[in-house]
Amino acid sequence: MVNYLIRRIGYALIMVVLVSFVSFVIIELPPGDFLTQKVEQLRARGDRSAEQQVEMLRLRYGLDKPFLERYINWATNFLRGDFGESFEFERPVSEILGARLGYTVILALATTLITWFLAIPLGVISAVKQYSLTDQIISVISFIGLGMPGFLLALIIMYFAIIVFNLEVTGLFSPQFQDAPWSFAKFMDLLGHLWLPALIAAVTGIGGLVRIMRGNLLDTLGQPFVESARARGLKNRTVVWKHAVRIAINPLITILGAEVFPSIVVGSALVSIVLNLPTIGPVFVDSLRKLDMYLAGTCIVFLTIMLLVGNLVADLLLAWVDPRIRLE
Amino acid sequence: METLFPETRATTTALPTDARPTLLEVRDLKVEFNIRGGVVKAVDGLTFDIRRGQTVGIIGESGCGKSVTARAILRMVPKPGKITGGEILYYRYSRYPNKEGKTKDIEVIDMTKLDPDGELVRQIRGGEIAMIFQEPMSSLTPVYTAGAHLNEAITLHRLLPVKKLGDQMVEKIMQYRPVTKEEAREIAIQMLRRVGIPKPEQRVDSYPHQLSGGQRQRVRIAIALSTEPYMLIADEPTTALDVSIEAQILDIMRELQQTANMAIMFITHNLGVIASMADEIVVMYMGKQVERAKVVDLFYNPKHPYTKALLQSVPKLGPKTGARLASIEGMVPDPLHLPTGCVFHPRCPAFMAGKCDKLVPNWTEVGQNHWVRCLLYEE
Repeated sequence: MVNYLIRRIGYALIMVVLVSFVSFVIIELPPGDFLTQKVEQLRARGDRSAEQQVEMLRLRYGLDKPFLERYINWATNFLRGDFGESFEFERPVSEILGARLGYTVILALATTLITWFLAIPLGVISAVKQYSLTDQIISVISFIGLGMPGFLLALIIMYFAIIVFNLEVTGLFSPQFQDAPWSFAKFMDLLGHLWLPALIAAVTGIGGLVRIMRGNLLDTLGQPFVESARARGLKNRTVVWKHAVRIAINPLITILGAEVFPSIVVGSALVSIVLNLPTIGPVFVDSLRKLDMYLAGTCIVFLTIMLLVGNLVADLLLAWVDPRIRLE
Repeated sequence: METLFPETRATTTALPTDARPTLLEVRDLKVEFNIRGGVVKAVDGLTFDIRRGQTVGIIGESGCGKSVTARAILRMVPKPGKITGGEILYYRYSRYPNKEGKTKDIEVIDMTKLDPDGELVRQIRGGEIAMIFQEPMSSLTPVYTAGAHLNEAITLHRLLPVKKLGDQMVEKIMQYRPVTKEEAREIAIQMLRRVGIPKPEQRVDSYPHQLSGGQRQRVRIAIALSTEPYMLIADEPTTALDVSIEAQILDIMRELQQTANMAIMFITHNLGVIASMADEIVVMYMGKQVERAKVVDLFYNPKHPYTKALLQSVPKLGPKTGARLASIEGMVPDPLHLPTGCVFHPRCPAFMAGKCDKLVPNWTEVGQNHWVRCLLYEE
C-alpha cells in the first residue's frame, strides 16, 4: 500500500512536469506574443516611444532568449515559488492568483460534496423504485441537468434572483465582508454565498452521476449476493445500502476522480465568469486570450495539480473501500 | 464451547421421516409472472409437504419452476412474479420464549399472507428457513469478510440462554439474551470448522475473493446453518462445483442435517445427487408437479412418462453397448403458449390422441404416497 502510494505520487510529479511543458508549448503556438499586442496598442495611441519601451520589456522578461531556456528558467523559478510576472497586470503571478487559488479549491470541494450528497441518494431512490413516478421525475430532471451547461443555468438563476427575488447572487462575500479580515462571521458569509455557485457547478455532474448510480445499482441488485443477503433475513434498507450500494458505488469513485472532478474544475470557470467569482477560472481564460503566458502557464499547472490530487484521492478512496483492490 | 450450541428443540430423529411432525405444507401453490407478452404460470398447482428432518428433492428441467417455488416459500419471488393462489403453511415451533416468557408450542403461519418485507417473514427468513443458492462465486458480498457475513446472520437470529438457577415448578425457565460480538465471532469460527474450512481462525477474516469456489459454498452453508434453522432450502447448491467438491459439500449437508435435525428442500436437475440425498421427490414440468413419490419408488417404479424419460436420459457406466443416450423428444414449450390438455403431450411417448391434448390430468394416487398427474392412470 505504501509502495503503491509512493509510485502514484511519483507518476503524478512526472505528469505535472510534462503538462507544464506541453502547456508552455501551446501558449507559444499562436503567432506573436503579449508584447506584439502591446506594441499595436501603443502604436494605435500614437505613442512614439513604443519601440523602445517594448525592447525594454522584451529584455526584462527575457523574451529574446530561446524557447527552451525560457521554459527551464520559468520551471526552476516555479519550484522556488516564483511564478513569474503577469504582463497584463504587471504584478507577480503569485500575487494575482494567491487568494483565488484557495477559493478555487473551496469551490471545487463544495461542488464535489454537493454532487455526491445529491447524486447518490437520488440515484439509489431512482433504482430502488425503478419505473415508478419518482424514478421518472428524477430521470427527467437529471437529463435536463446533464444537458444544460452550467453557465446558462447560472444566467437563468441570476436573472430570477435579481429580477424576481431582488437578491444579490454574484461574488463570494457580502460587500461588508469583502475586504474584512477573516473571522467566523466572514466564514459563515462565505458559506452563505458558496452554496449557490457550487450547486450550479454541480448540476451537470449530478445529472450524469444519478444515471450512472441508477444503472450500477440496478445491475448490483440483480446479483446473487444481494438475494443471499435478503435470504439472511436482513431489512430491505440494510440489503440495499449495506450490500448493494456499497458495491455499486465503487465505479463512481473512479468516475469521480477521472471525469467529474475535472469537469467541475473546467465547468466552474464559466460559472465563475458569469457569477463573478474570485476563482482561477476567469483569470485563466483572460490570460489565454491576452497571451499572458506566465499567468496562463501557472494556472494550467495549478489546475493540473488539482486534478492529479483529485485522482489520487479517488484511487486511495477506492483502495480503502474495496478489499479486492487493497489486497492485490 | 458447548454452551454456544444449546439444543433448543425436541429430538425426533428416532422416528422414521414420514412419521415426524409436518414442518411445511404447500397447498396448490400458484405463482405467475405478468410480463409484456402475457402471463407465465411459473408454478401451477404445486402440492407437497416437508416433515421435520426430512429431505425432499425437487427435480425438473431448467425453467420448470423449481427455483421460483423455493423463493415463493420465503416470499422472495422476484418482480414481476406474484403468488396468485394456494397456501404455504409453515408450522412454527417457537424457539425462544416471547416477552411474557411463554413458549407457544406450534403456530401455523400461512406464508402467502405475510407482508414480504415484514418483521415476521424476516425472522423466518434466514433464522428458521435458510436458503443457499447455486452461484457460490458471487453469493458473498465482495467487500465483507466471511466472518462479517456469519456475524450478520448470527446477531440477527441467535439468542443465547442465560442460565437461571431457580427452577420453577418442574420446567427449567430459561432466559435469553442477544449474542455479543466476541461470541458471534466464536460461533462463526466454530461453524467454519464444522463445514470443514481449514484454519477457521484465520479464514474467518478472509474476503470472498481469497476463497476458492468450494470454500465459498462451505461458507454459505456455514452462514445458513449458523442460525440453527429448521429447514434449509438448497437451490442447486453444487451445480457450479466440480465433482469431488460436490461430494464433500453433500457429505457436509447430510452430516449437519443429522446432528441438527433439519429438513432440507433440495432443488436440482442432477438425478444422481437427488438419489443420494432425498427421502421423497417431486418432479416438476413447466410449472406443474407431474409426479411425487418416495425416492425408491420413483427410481424403481416411475409412473409418469416424463419421469421415465428423465431417468432414461441419465448416462450409465458399463460395457459399451453402442446405444445412443436417450433424450426427450421435442422442445420445451413456450411458457406463454402452453399446450392444451396435459402440458407434456407433444413430447410424450405414450401420447393418446384425442385424450391427452384435450383433457387436463388430475393428481391421482397410484400407490402408497405415490402421486402422479397423467391420464394413463385415470379411469
